[in-house]
Amino acid sequence: MCRLIAITSDTPQSPMTALNALDVMREGHDGSGVGLCLRDLGGPLEEMKDEPILSGIFTESGIRRLDGYMINLGFLTKYKISIKIPKVPPRGVPKRDMYLIRAYEYPEEWADMDQAEKEARLVNIRLALQEMGRENQDMIVFSFWPDTIMIKEIGDPLTVGKYLELGNEKLNARIIMAQGRQNTNYAIDLYACHPFFIQGFSTMTNGENTAFVPIREYLKSRGEPGYTGFYSDSEVFVHILHYTLKHLGLGVDAYKHVITPLQDGDLESHPNGDFLTHLKRTCRKLIIDGPNCVIGLLPDNTMFMTQDRKKLRPGVVGGQSGTWAFSSEVCGLDYVLPGRDKHTDFQPMHLDTAVVRPDRREVHICKQMQRLPRLH
Amino acid sequence: MQANAKITPSTLSLKDLPWQIDWSRDKCTLCGQCTAACPVNAIELGVFRKRIVEVDINAATQPGNIYKVYHGIRQRTDPAYHCVGCGMCAMVCPNDAIMPYHNDEADKLRFHLNRGGQAERRGGRRNAPAGVLDQIKFTRISMLTDPALDAGRHEFEMRALLGRILPPEENMKRVREHGWVPPVREIYPLIIGGMSFGALSPPMWEGLQMGVAYLNEEMGMPVRISTGEGGCPPRLLRSRFLRYVILQIASGYFGWDEIIHAIPEMKVDPCAVEIKYGQGAKPGDGGLLMWHKVNDLISAIRGVPKGVSLPSPPTHQTKYSIEEAVAKMIQSMSMAWGFRVPVYPKISGTSTSLAVLNNLSRNPYAAGLAIDGEDGGTGAAYNVSLDHMGHPVASCLRDCYLNLVKLGQQNEIPLFAGGGIGKNGNLAANAAALIMLGASGVQVGKYVMQAAAGCLGSETRRCNICNIGLCPKGITSQDPRLYRRLDAEDVAQRVVDMYVSFDTELRKIVAPLGRSTTLPIGMSDALGIADKAAADRLQIQYVV
Repeated sequence: MCRLIAITSDTPQSPMTALNALDVMREGHDGSGVGLCLRDLGGPLEEMKDEPILSGIFTESGIRRLDGYMINLGFLTKYKISIKIPKVPPRGVPKRDMYLIRAYEYPEEWADMDQAEKEARLVNIRLALQEMGRENQDMIVFSFWPDTIMIKEIGDPLTVGKYLELGNEKLNARIIMAQGRQNTNYAIDLYACHPFFIQGFSTMTNGENTAFVPIREYLKSRGEPGYTGFYSDSEVFVHILHYTLKHLGLGVDAYKHVITPLQDGDLESHPNGDFLTHLKRTCRKLIIDGPNCVIGLLPDNTMFMTQDRKKLRPGVVGGQSGTWAFSSEVCGLDYVLPGRDKHTDFQPMHLDTAVVRPDRREVHICKQMQRLPRLH
Repeated sequence: MQANAKITPSTLSLKDLPWQIDWSRDKCTLCGQCTAACPVNAIELGVFRKRIVEVDINAATQPGNIYKVYHGIRQRTDPAYHCVGCGMCAMVCPNDAIMPYHNDEADKLRFHLNRGGQAERRGGRRNAPAGVLDQIKFTRISMLTDPALDAGRHEFEMRALLGRILPPEENMKRVREHGWVPPVREIYPLIIGGMSFGALSPPMWEGLQMGVAYLNEEMGMPVRISTGEGGCPPRLLRSRFLRYVILQIASGYFGWDEIIHAIPEMKVDPCAVEIKYGQGAKPGDGGLLMWHKVNDLISAIRGVPKGVSLPSPPTHQTKYSIEEAVAKMIQSMSMAWGFRVPVYPKISGTSTSLAVLNNLSRNPYAAGLAIDGEDGGTGAAYNVSLDHMGHPVASCLRDCYLNLVKLGQQNEIPLFAGGGIGKNGNLAANAAALIMLGASGVQVGKYVMQAAAGCLGSETRRCNICNIGLCPKGITSQDPRLYRRLDAEDVAQRVVDMYVSFDTELRKIVAPLGRSTTLPIGMSDALGIADKAAADRLQIQYVV
């Protein structure tokens, strides 16, 4: 089972903190891979919050193809972070030519474009690059989005972190999501490594989603270009999150009602029972059967943790005003925030969603039996 | 040598019959119960002549013969009275002196069952024991990341939705704007399929209804039963139990006067209305209730004369085409109940099912589609239809589901599959396989007859006389002398037993797959089959 750690902090943290926390929890993952999502960036990229950042792995020829493609679209490189890698990778880590983190300036004609159009185009460019990379095996693109860096690699998380020198201050971020372990349920694929990302939404999970195939079929048929990939049975969580918030216009409180709706008896006594019954029936295809602990991130940097209906996976939230960590094990939390008040640690149960808003002042617990906030 | 009786083309010997009666003179007490119980009069009391050689102890006297008569049982060889192998004789015999045995070669009777130019008609099923459903295995067992669930301890919510499901965005919009949202019922995924009030005997019907009511009200299982064509007893129409009933209308419109007249007095809405366009056992044919079963009660409920055969035409006569029929019937039935009741068609599995489904996908009032495969049962049909017509349900359903997936409408029009589910006794496995191939639920008829009422019919052509009102168990007979053999309370008890045990088995299948909070509809990654062609066709794993 995977191990997860997510940190949201007022002061930028090093990704190595998260990787060390994964290492503390290493008995739960087999060191077969690591994924990192960094948002609300510190360092030099803090000044470029609105510029899209491309992150991925490229070969020499891939980078030339990338440059040609981006220049054609009118994107100019504004800033890049170079990751210098030793010639010989550590045992278990594949040899790569280049890890790319590059901020672009939007083409001039995008200036008057509305936000939705811009967001749709960014997704399409990311998908096009992924496709090009699949053809020639020369580009692996993880994200193309403002204020976001994603790094994934095969190998032991801490070893990979040291090898890529992720302790570099330029990579510090206020939000860090990290997962240890490669996908093991289907064919090994770097894209299958958590966290998953679409338009500012990101999720990672420990567990397995047994309802994967019907959910994938349903999401694919929604007509959203970004609902693609599905290299992991857990990748659907981020798409369901995106669908719930973007397409259905609901809040993060409703996400749990979509993936793990209440049972009929509970719905009858729920203040929003009628609405939730409709939601349960129409979104029935998106019900996960777990077991999963899902840690998610919204575009406004709200971070949350929620559980499957049976609560079969560990997950704990702790911290203090200004810094919070979401971990699959208490020992991971202890590593990141040793000085916190442990009495206030919270382990979400089968009806809970623990949410830390962007102000990072407190952990807000949404209980599934509570009234939903009014829809606007 | 000339025979001393006329031998005609239809003169058969015992060897030519499909079932042969073995009777033991030594055990028989001549009580006569077997001949009284035989529904088809295949056996009769017989008088036999025997010769005994008498040898005197005195060697000087010549041996002589004594001729005596004895009484026993004789099997008739007239095709009109052929033994159907039901075994009632063996069931009533106090001494195990009699038993039907299946012929060891193909019988000749089949060439002579068309006397007077009447093609053979019978009830039952296709009588082909094999089937693809039984070959499907559940191969994706959670072992690594996700340990299998505990079928006995975890909570399970095994519910099917019957009714049109709108896309989430559209549903939210309608809820917001207080628009019409199609009615949806949450039901148990195993439905008792359409068996009409004319086809079933009163105790069978009553037993099924009692069993269903008990399951709903005492066991908390929302089981639903379809009436089949032929209406519904008026008392049921005006009772609160109607909510457990799916009213069926077919092209004969039998019983619909009663139903329409009862609408203003209905205390509750029926679960749904099923429009029967076809039946898997006899695709392209309408229903057929033969005159034997049309007694006073049936004629009253159906509004027809007594003692006449009641064939429903294969099409709805008031409609020109199926598109039109589907659209108009669905809309008018929906309207009759104020758009509060789901209305859906039931069709026989054929290669044209997809066309019907496509039609429904554009009809906002269509609440689902029931597909009945070639192994479906019937109370009466022509043998040629039963044996040679129809489409297997697995591939028909799969095509329909995958088509909906392509349209992005999977489960928006729930698919219900029927026809041969559990025909070899594997009810839960067959049902689970169909659900994972894309069905929202399954319909069973014959299995219920066999399990709940002890129907003797089998896949080796046993009995199959549901059509002539002589059901030896009293299940499909309207003759009080026969149906008194069946106790409604016992049937109800068996229906409950059947459902509760099905539920346990279904959990034992879905729990190891890690599914518990929703039916694994379309979870095709869990299925495997050791037949390459079937695997390709159904788009499931090929495993050997």
